[in-house]
Amino acid sequence: MIEVNMVGAINDALHVEMEEDEDVMVLGEDVAENEGVFRITEGLLDKFGEERVRDTPLAESGIVGVSIGLALYGMKPVAEIQFMGFMWPAVDQLSSHASRYRNRSLGQYHVPMVLRSPYGGGVKALEHHSESFESVLAHIPGLKVVIPSTPSDAKGLLISSIRDPDPVVFLEPKKLYRAFKQEVPEGSYTEEIGKAKVVKEGEDITLVGWGAMVPKIVKAADHVADEGVSAEVIDLRTIYPYDEDTVHESVRKTGRLLVVQEAPRTSGFASEIVARAVNEEMLSLRSPPLRATGFDVPFPLYKMEDWAIPDVDRIVKKIREAIEW
Amino acid sequence: MGLKMDRPESPEIFRILDKDGEIVDEEPDIDEEKLKEMYWWMLYARKADEKALKLQRQGRMGTFAPIEGQEAAQIGASMAMKDKDWLVPAFRELGSYLERGIPLEKNYQYFMGDVRGNIIPEDLNNLPIAVPVATQIPHAVGLAWAIKRSGDDGVVLTIFGDGASSEGDFHEGLNFGGVLNVPVVFFCQNNQWAISVPFHKQTASDTIAQKAKAYGFPDIFVDGNDVLAVHEATKAALQRAREGEGPTLVEALTYRLSMHTTADDPTRYRTEEELNEWKDKDPLKRFRIYLENKGIWTEDWQEELEDKAKEKIDEAVETAENMEEHSVEEMFEHMFDELPKDLREQMEYLKRSLEEKEIEEEQVEIKGGFP
Repeated sequence: MIEVNMVGAINDALHVEMEEDEDVMVLGEDVAENEGVFRITEGLLDKFGEERVRDTPLAESGIVGVSIGLALYGMKPVAEIQFMGFMWPAVDQLSSHASRYRNRSLGQYHVPMVLRSPYGGGVKALEHHSESFESVLAHIPGLKVVIPSTPSDAKGLLISSIRDPDPVVFLEPKKLYRAFKQEVPEGSYTEEIGKAKVVKEGEDITLVGWGAMVPKIVKAADHVADEGVSAEVIDLRTIYPYDEDTVHESVRKTGRLLVVQEAPRTSGFASEIVARAVNEEMLSLRSPPLRATGFDVPFPLYKMEDWAIPDVDRIVKKIREAIEW
Repeated sequence: MGLKMDRPESPEIFRILDKDGEIVDEEPDIDEEKLKEMYWWMLYARKADEKALKLQRQGRMGTFAPIEGQEAAQIGASMAMKDKDWLVPAFRELGSYLERGIPLEKNYQYFMGDVRGNIIPEDLNNLPIAVPVATQIPHAVGLAWAIKRSGDDGVVLTIFGDGASSEGDFHEGLNFGGVLNVPVVFFCQNNQWAISVPFHKQTASDTIAQKAKAYGFPDIFVDGNDVLAVHEATKAALQRAREGEGPTLVEALTYRLSMHTTADDPTRYRTEEELNEWKDKDPLKRFRIYLENKGIWTEDWQEELEDKAKEKIDEAVETAENMEEHSVEEMFEHMFDELPKDLREQMEYLKRSLEEKEIEEEQVEIKGGFP
């Protein structure tokens, strides 16, 4: 076992997979010489050389477009977009090509690429450096969207993402990059994409979240435990494909659901989770499923960022609202 | 010294055959068989295109992008390629597809709304059509990078139009290509119209070719209606790539004699006079005169080729119009290597709803067109 934070775990996953498979390549802005602005790609250039670890021009659509070309030829590019707020120009390539190639060629071509990007707020970053639009990506048919919340999951899920024969967007909650360390297995191991994890078992309400919301949800669950409420916490870990079974099984047990999402409320993935629960589990529900989300405003400059992100207080109040309904 | 602020000079056009089929530069050494092939593919492409327009007007084909007038650019370029080279197309390259070995029925299927038209025959190094303008250019760079890294043979040629040169992906693709120094040829068919927007409203440059200077690699500005010049220019660019010298930007100046797509009416935005001027520069006409002067072209041969083209085109129509019906699975099963549960459910739901369908909606005929 090694003890690492999420940065170390992701870095280790890249080392492990690049050693394992020489088709794996890393490309993006500042990923080689500078080893990534968050040091995620530390040691890769030294060990694997410029043929496989490449600083690119500053061009998001180009990074993803070129990665698609590499992947169509059988390479396994792991591309980085430095911050999710700058991913928009690349979303064209993701939705027009990466996500469609297998379908529109009836399986003749496929795009085994990973697009990594730090996302989310809470670190007093500059404007446009704190966005969360994972719901937009989940809405694009043909993309998998993976979001770990622990070092151990980050490593196992990234290895799975690199080995996945289809395009995976791998979003890294940068608030959790250096938040805590964890024992992580050495060498190679995988975590299943599309499989949620029950972080904490409970009887009265199901709390669902992903990324940087997970530790907040756990804190909220601990808080309401003092009030006699037993909350079950589910870390989704993958947005698409969505692990409906794990969530619904929990909802059948607890009869209540709260989904916590850092992103703005309207058309967020929380809405999908709520809709599916209402469609499938109506008779199990004892109260209306609720959401605790960000607001439908652009992510603010950092003096207001604590207001924008759901906090333990708002999550606790939503839990009470569901329980007292 | 002193401050200089000169407007960039435009490159000279490279031309071998003038519009009347006369040799105006050094005549390339191409054997008779290959010259005859060139003419065949140009003629076949034109006839196939004419047939597609008829099919569309008869309601037997959907919207498509005609190639009339651009046959020399397409055949000249693709005949300079080797089998091991990769073609990364946009959507107006019927001539290149046919010459590369994609059966005509595939193209017809695609524009008849059948996804099976996207299937590329085994062992053919070709990507399928890319509709969003310029988005395929970075793919070509990535492919070329992968080929270089793998130490494989083959280089990449990507085709796009003049409108594409305004897109971000054009800049990003060419910039990456130059920096990575990968074996790729950027081939622009400048047909001078992006739907209704003429070239001078697309860019303040005299040519697209000269934009290569900013990316640090050479350019060739070639008469795109002169199949010999296009062939020689593309061959030279591909050779540079093959020798590890990196990218070249080739601009083939041509003209879209037909509409942008079958939903477009070019009489709304361009003059008859301009059209006639370019009809006079027709690529087939000048190449025919050249071949006639060399004693290769005869009326009998022309008739023979036209019969052969008609036969092949009729077969392609027959095949494309008689495809087996799609299965519901075809819409879903290739979304991922393994189909997630919710997609399986969606697929089953669609199957069930088709089987149990009670209400047939009245099909309203779509009048007019859309691009």
